[in-house]
Amino acid sequence: MLETVKEAKNQEATAFEPRIVAFFCNWCTYLAADLAGTSRMKYPPNARVIRVMCSGRLDPQFILKAFADGADGVLIGGCHPGDCHYQEGNYKCLRRFHLLKRVVKEMGIEDGRFRLEWISASEGDRLRTVMIDMVEKVRALGPLHWNAPVEEVAVS
Amino acid sequence: MPERNGAVRVGVYVCHCGSNIAGIVDCKEVAEYAAGLIHVVVSRDYKYMCSDPGQDLIRNDIQEHKLNRIVVAACSPHLHEHTFRVATANGGLNPYYMTMVNIREQDSWVHTDRQAATEKASDLVRAAIRRVVLQRPLEKARVPIDPNVLVVGGGIAGIHAALTLANAGKHVYLVEREATIGGHMAMFDKTFPTLDCAACILTPKMSAVKAHPNITLWAYSDVEKVDGYVGNYKVRVRRRTRYIREDLCAGCQECIEACVYKQPKFADEFNQGLGKRRPIYLPFPQAIPQTPVIDRDTCIEFNEPRKIRWLTSLSQGAFSAPRGQCCLSPHFARLWKSGKCKKTCLEACGDRHAIDFKLQDQLEEIKVGTIILATGFQPFDAKRIPYYGYGHYPNVYTSLEIERLVNASGPAAGEVVLRDGKTVPKSIGIIHCVGSRDENTNRWCSRVCCMYSLKLAHLLKEHTGADIFNFYIDMRTPGKSFEEFYQRLLSEGVHFIRGKVAEVTDWVFDPSEEGKLTLRVEDTLLGVVRRIPVDMVVLSVGMEGHQDAQDVRRLFNITCSTEGFFQERHPKLAPVNTFTDGIFLAGCCQGPKDIPDTVAQAGAAAAEALALICAGYVEQEPNCAYVIEEECSGCKTCIPLCPYSAISFREDNRAEVNPVLCKGCGTCVAACPSGSLQQRMFEDDELFEEIEGVLVHA
Amino acid sequence: MKPKVAFYWCASCGGCEEAVVDLAESILDVVAAVDIVLWPVALDFKKADVEAMEDGSIAAAFINGAIRTTEQEEWAHLLRRKAQTVIAVGACAQMGGIPGLANFSNRAGVFQTVYQESPSTVNAEGVVPETTHRDNGHTLTLPGFFDTVQALHQVIDVDYFIPGCPPTPQLLADAVAALLAGKLPEKGAVLAPDQALCLDCPRKDTKPERLAISEFKRPHEILIDQEKCLLTQGLLCLGPATRSGCGSRCIEGNMPCTGCFGPTSRVRDYGGKVLSAIASAADSNDEDQIVSILAGIPDPVGTFYRYSLPVSELQRKRL
Repeated sequence: MLETVKEAKNQEATAFEPRIVAFFCNWCTYLAADLAGTSRMKYPPNARVIRVMCSGRLDPQFILKAFADGADGVLIGGCHPGDCHYQEGNYKCLRRFHLLKRVVKEMGIEDGRFRLEWISASEGDRLRTVMIDMVEKVRALGPLHWNAPVEEVAVS
Repeated sequence: MPERNGAVRVGVYVCHCGSNIAGIVDCKEVAEYAAGLIHVVVSRDYKYMCSDPGQDLIRNDIQEHKLNRIVVAACSPHLHEHTFRVATANGGLNPYYMTMVNIREQDSWVHTDRQAATEKASDLVRAAIRRVVLQRPLEKARVPIDPNVLVVGGGIAGIHAALTLANAGKHVYLVEREATIGGHMAMFDKTFPTLDCAACILTPKMSAVKAHPNITLWAYSDVEKVDGYVGNYKVRVRRRTRYIREDLCAGCQECIEACVYKQPKFADEFNQGLGKRRPIYLPFPQAIPQTPVIDRDTCIEFNEPRKIRWLTSLSQGAFSAPRGQCCLSPHFARLWKSGKCKKTCLEACGDRHAIDFKLQDQLEEIKVGTIILATGFQPFDAKRIPYYGYGHYPNVYTSLEIERLVNASGPAAGEVVLRDGKTVPKSIGIIHCVGSRDENTNRWCSRVCCMYSLKLAHLLKEHTGADIFNFYIDMRTPGKSFEEFYQRLLSEGVHFIRGKVAEVTDWVFDPSEEGKLTLRVEDTLLGVVRRIPVDMVVLSVGMEGHQDAQDVRRLFNITCSTEGFFQERHPKLAPVNTFTDGIFLAGCCQGPKDIPDTVAQAGAAAAEALALICAGYVEQEPNCAYVIEEECSGCKTCIPLCPYSAISFREDNRAEVNPVLCKGCGTCVAACPSGSLQQRMFEDDELFEEIEGVLVHA
Repeated sequence: MKPKVAFYWCASCGGCEEAVVDLAESILDVVAAVDIVLWPVALDFKKADVEAMEDGSIAAAFINGAIRTTEQEEWAHLLRRKAQTVIAVGACAQMGGIPGLANFSNRAGVFQTVYQESPSTVNAEGVVPETTHRDNGHTLTLPGFFDTVQALHQVIDVDYFIPGCPPTPQLLADAVAALLAGKLPEKGAVLAPDQALCLDCPRKDTKPERLAISEFKRPHEILIDQEKCLLTQGLLCLGPATRSGCGSRCIEGNMPCTGCFGPTSRVRDYGGKVLSAIASAADSNDEDQIVSILAGIPDPVGTFYRYSLPVSELQRKRL
């Protein structure tokens, strides 16, 4: 009985396509993604990109909502420290990221699902590598299904 | 929860972009899917949305179907957002009721699975529809442009840009770090392919700069601080003191003659350390400004004699000029007490009273609307390739050193002799691609080295009659008359060997190599490894971005590419613009190039600046942050977060955003703990809808 | 005919009932103006009495406490049927409150701790509550215990919210007065000002324009200055993110605000928002230093979601 359950889970795992929500800053990571496109690099189609002007715009509420609405992974892409188009926005993002990361982990969302990467406008190849790596890591972790309705069984 | 504002009517347009998108994404399916979503009144797919008929579709549909929101799924918004905003506006709808979805660069061009790519496009379109419903009608803000221009860097690029703008009637501040303008071009002997004398074609332009009423030339100066935004930059410039007043100096140079140093003792930077200068000097005879410099680091008046002696010994041991490092830093300055000099220079100046040892650096604050960066390049440091022996074997030279050697006003008055000061070389090896096209150092091609290596081959042959060997990987001579120049060199009897030199060595294998430097190279055309002994080795060093490029670019808030040159906005279509409005690039600071391309680019940068100035204003995207006044609680969380100091705290306990200073990053908005700060175009509710839209199926 | 009102308590500490009692003499005015048909803590009405009433015959039901058991859920549904207006009273009803922190666990985990592992428990047979139990021919029942704590509006439609842990007597009195005068705002509103506490805080003038925190402190670690803004002293005062209307009682008691009035109407996830503001004030751009400064907040979820975990985006811990 346990074996078939395991097998079914494995099958589900290989068939599972992670849903990644990616928040990219307009000046660095979004342009890197465009560059990857212009250079016709290939990477898996699992991410949905949401553009903001700066990674500093990222309110933790957005990340929490993404997980709550069904994302299996959330990726933040911003400019390298020191290179923010708006001087320091990415540092503020970094500060919030570290506190939010602890909250997310405490709530039972495993390491690897919530990630911050610094990708500059000329790093199309790095964008591709990060996408591939993130999809694989989240695939191995399995679906998060945070928004799956849980039957509240009251009987003990 | 989002408000559904009454009758919201959305038009959706899915572009094929020929087969660029339609080849992978099923555009028809996406359009059909969108048609079934709430609020969508019109949903089409079309071959080329950016074309006139495509834009007309939007315009006509707005009017015919009374659309009040538009979604265009096509290429990157960085390309065509403006196009579709205009199309929307032409239809009579506020252009900010339009949003774009990127299904090309970030979908069809990067994915291979048709079904997955189509699903992704559908998800993104669905999210965009939800977002656009909440978008607000906005007006672009207009910012006036100050007509003054700052040009940073006085090489040929900066000079040409400054003259172009000045001739157009605009006032230009030309700031140059060295004591004279002219840059690297002033150091060259002849220029390829015409073999024009570099100084002869450059100096008229330099004089024109000096004479032009519209140009304020500040040499020996640095930009220290840049504040503001396009049209409205405030720049602080430090004008370092020469201890000689430019307005009083007559350029007679008697002070230099009179210096207590009867013999020049210090490495001459302009001559690449091959010659010597006094502490008071003019970089080269045609220097502009024609005012000498008293070098604080070497003049006895400012330094104890033993420091001078120590510096002198440094100069004698070095092959390249010390550039004022550690031992000369202010940290060490206090160890050296100020000496007392006879100041014969002062005496020689006499009634003119131009020399004043009490002068201080001057700080200037200027207001300009646009800035052109023309800071040039730094030659590759040949010491980084130890197996070529630069700095180890005396008779290994860099190309710039040769330029000075062959130059009639150089340290040897045009006599090409080895480091011993007397031997004329009978054989010379010129190694191409030193620090270029090299996995171990710099990967890029520096573009000019093949041509200048040919030029140096010609000049050296002319000056010495020696046997010349050029060692190349490929011969890159693409410009006008360049191939013909190569053919000429072939006919002059210069030997060309296709192969990368493995090492320069004085280890003797054969008596013919005694006392020479031997180059070991695989001759790939012959298919053998050769040893070629020569008297002199010339390293054709490549171009790099300046060592302080990172600091400079942060000063101006632009980016560098991974190679270390300043980043242009688009490599094909915007090679002189940067991502920061109002700041332009010209010359080698943007990438290696020769003089004709540099001049062309400088003209282009000047034209871009003029376009802004003549328009008189620039329109800013209305993506500022704003405070919802009645909701702000005066908690002050936002105030320290703005790098532009755009948020101030009012007396009535409310924060206020200055829309002119706000650049629209949204960092303050994310932090506001009561949700009282929002960003136009990136409101919380718009982003929440977009997030839900990509994940939750309608 | 005096309007009928009902008070009920779900997973609650009783503090909201005390707040009613704290109305002191004014309670007599309340009692004079309304007909209380249900108040388990004080009056003896039974469930059958309420079931017997006509639907919608109760003018307003004031419900406090979170939803933890099937009994509470049933009562919530019952009162929704019988009352025209349902008002959630207190942080537990509005956001899940302190009981909401049990969402770190589930029924099995809670029972394990309470009935088996806690230090003073003696329970060799490992007895845990069950919903039915037969003993000597009789069947006893207990309400079911949910895995997840919920706020009131997550099980029924709620018309108004009175925030606070507990709400101040003033807020309660104002709400009752507005109800009786028919002057309640749009449905769904929180009956307290829509700005954050800093606006009313007695120490607001001592808060600098450029707050930068290099070390976070817990209240027992320092001698708390009675006059200065608490955030400036490194304490985690959540006033900037918390709705005002409480009269800054905690601040006046020289303790930092813990966020019991919940967020303003413009914020969806209280914890996410307040952590954004707090983290932004960390005084460093160096990653290691940032992590080190933030380590001074030992329990981020407990601190930032103390009252609001069940209504946060994530709602509960995934176990």
